[in-house]
Amino acid sequence: MRVLAAMSGGVDSAVAAARAVDAGHDVVGVHLALSRMPGTLRTGSRGCCTVEDSNDAWRACDKLGIPYYVWDFSERFKEDVVQDFIDEYAAGRTPNPCMRCNERIKFAALLEKALALGFDAVCTGHYAKVVDDGNGNKELHRAADWAKDQSYVLGVLTHEQLQHSMFPLADTPSKAEVRAEAERRGLSVAKKPDSHDICFIPDGDTAGWLAEKIEMSTGDIVDESGTKVGEHPGANAFTVGQRRGLKLGTPAADGKPRFVLEIRPKENKVVVGPQALLAVDEIRGIKLSWAGVPIPAAVPGPVAEPRSVVDPVGDEPVGHEPARTRADGTTCGSVSEEFDCYAQVRAHGDPVPARACVEVTADDDGGLREELLVTLIEPLRGVSPGQTVVLYQGTRVLGQATIDTARSLARPAL
Amino acid sequence: MPVYLDHAATTPISGPALAALIHELSRSGNPSSLHGSGRRARAVVEQARETLAAAAGAHPSEVIFTSGGTEADNLAVKGLFWARRAADPARTRILVSSVEHAAVQDTVAWLEKHEGAEVVWLPVDGDGVLRLDALKAELDGGAESVALVTVMWANNEVGTVQPIAGVTALAAGHGIPVHSDAVQAFGSIPVGFDSSGLAAMSVSGHKIGGPVGVGALLLGRAVKLVPVQHGGGQERDVRSGTLDTASIAAFAAAAQDAVGHLAAESARIAALRDALIAGVRATVPDAVLRGTDPGRNPAGRLPGNAHFTFPGCEGDSLLFLLDMAGVESSTGSACTAGVPRPSHVLLAMGLSEETARGAQRFSLGHTSVPVDVEKFIAALPDAYARARQAGMASHMSNIQTASTQR
Repeated sequence: MRVLAAMSGGVDSAVAAARAVDAGHDVVGVHLALSRMPGTLRTGSRGCCTVEDSNDAWRACDKLGIPYYVWDFSERFKEDVVQDFIDEYAAGRTPNPCMRCNERIKFAALLEKALALGFDAVCTGHYAKVVDDGNGNKELHRAADWAKDQSYVLGVLTHEQLQHSMFPLADTPSKAEVRAEAERRGLSVAKKPDSHDICFIPDGDTAGWLAEKIEMSTGDIVDESGTKVGEHPGANAFTVGQRRGLKLGTPAADGKPRFVLEIRPKENKVVVGPQALLAVDEIRGIKLSWAGVPIPAAVPGPVAEPRSVVDPVGDEPVGHEPARTRADGTTCGSVSEEFDCYAQVRAHGDPVPARACVEVTADDDGGLREELLVTLIEPLRGVSPGQTVVLYQGTRVLGQATIDTARSLARPAL
Repeated sequence: MPVYLDHAATTPISGPALAALIHELSRSGNPSSLHGSGRRARAVVEQARETLAAAAGAHPSEVIFTSGGTEADNLAVKGLFWARRAADPARTRILVSSVEHAAVQDTVAWLEKHEGAEVVWLPVDGDGVLRLDALKAELDGGAESVALVTVMWANNEVGTVQPIAGVTALAAGHGIPVHSDAVQAFGSIPVGFDSSGLAAMSVSGHKIGGPVGVGALLLGRAVKLVPVQHGGGQERDVRSGTLDTASIAAFAAAAQDAVGHLAAESARIAALRDALIAGVRATVPDAVLRGTDPGRNPAGRLPGNAHFTFPGCEGDSLLFLLDMAGVESSTGSACTAGVPRPSHVLLAMGLSEETARGAQRFSLGHTSVPVDVEKFIAALPDAYARARQAGMASHMSNIQTASTQR
């Protein structure tokens, strides 16, 4: 196969490329330039995007004897990842930029270009596994090393994207093994530290970075009953689950610490309450996608009658939704079976048992969309709209959705 | 062997230059030493100085050897600015073309940021030719505040030859020194320093068949310059540092060889270039030649330069595909980190960013032969078709993913 190895300049992508070469593929290394100012973007910090990273990737390719190029994706990155990050925070949601980069840059813009230029696959140093089910269908699974597993941030990949994805580190027992292999291969990046932070925020100060991009205005902090208990300098600076820095004037009735339960950007309000109410047991997700072919239980069946709203007293229908039908026969109101799964809401969070189903609902533009309804059997804390919920069965990633609402069944809606 | 169409980046070392280099590398001696070995080395350097001066139409005492074109540009622009401002504090303006190589562009920008220089970027026309009327207007509107004028002799991306005689004539009327980066022009078209009216002119070794790492600033004898680099006072006290005898000898040999064969070589290379342009136009009719059309004005373009924009393609896709097909070209823009950006030259010529993204430069030189052009033209249609298919993926992607749905 002709393989494009996306080279960040780190040890994982270098070893992944080396393994692709060993497997007999025709490999070309490409470093993505994600900023127009590569020298200034992350000077003095770790991660991707610096000139040093580009040079590290280059030296790794020299060592592997493969061609190396730098392709400029800065404009796409700025629009699809950085701007999206700002917009999401401005709307009071908590996005995952790494996931968005995988979805829109590495396995979309880059993949699209690679396929057009004659490549068969894009290879990265992610710890995750693509498995063929025997019928040519691709499935995404967790990596052998659960501690390093990155299937969560790849959960957004669709079947088409997975068909052209290659993760040679899938079966590696540990990161230490990858470093040892890099050392053996004489790759200079063997001891390079891992990147952790968001690559476009140089000093890791996300709140400070956002404060320069989003207009903040003071507003009220209210408790779970809607009573004002304090003021905040800007709702977007808070995250769900936060306890420190609330500076509340009115103490809680029970004297216990209070946490951010919810951000309401439209009202510029921050809702606080006791820790118990942080527990979320129902998640509604939008923009869902399946990592491969959806499991049969998740496919909404057609409903016999268009859903009508009936006057609960009289017999006459008082409203009738237009019968909208999709190509697959599902209409508004179609629901899938409920299926057992595990739900994970952050990259390094533990999965919890859940039940999920898919509903076909009307969207704002008169069309239909699918929504994911997840009921958590073990509640999760600190779940924020904008985060991604990824569903698993065993090691297999079923799919994902962007969290639109997350609520505690114990807390009445305000 | 790949087809090498990037002679503007660097060209293979010529036979005479290689012979001189090897010969001198095996010998020892510091040209500044006073004993026999030193005198021998000094004689080699002085011989080279005379040879280079003859090739560049200059007096030997006007040759300041440097480490290359970039150093020569830095020395000329900074040195002239500092010297002129020291003599008259009102002289803080630099008039510079908007299509300069980074060695001049960034030096001027540095002076603006750190030395209080006021920079006037002079516009060019659609072919990349300096607008003399704009220069005249700037000079007429305030020549007493101008420290220097700097305009390249020929452009490194699109090969456009600049009206240097016109520039120096205008500046001479106000007694303002002019510097020209002649790195691309020297050895390729007739260049005469003394007859040009220039105060300073930069040339480079490796663009004309000499080794990398050596160049020279031609500097008028009466021109005052503040040095950038201090030390032992070599080269008229303007450029300190032990002279690199071997490289200097090889540079001079390359210059003598290139200029000695210039008439015949430039005609031969221009014919190859014209065949290349015709081939591109025949196989990819959508491609647009940028810079002066040599069919219209042969002297307006460097003989070895062809530059096109390919609509709907990204330059780096085309470069990649041609590279894989064994043809080495360039997107034509500076790329220190290997990051291609839309060329400031093309933007100055009035092209949109999107059009500028599809740029590709093909440059021929002394080792180029007709089969190079044939192989390139054979590889181009497929590369173009594929690059076109990849389109502007890194610029705007049409792929549907989870978040693009409603």
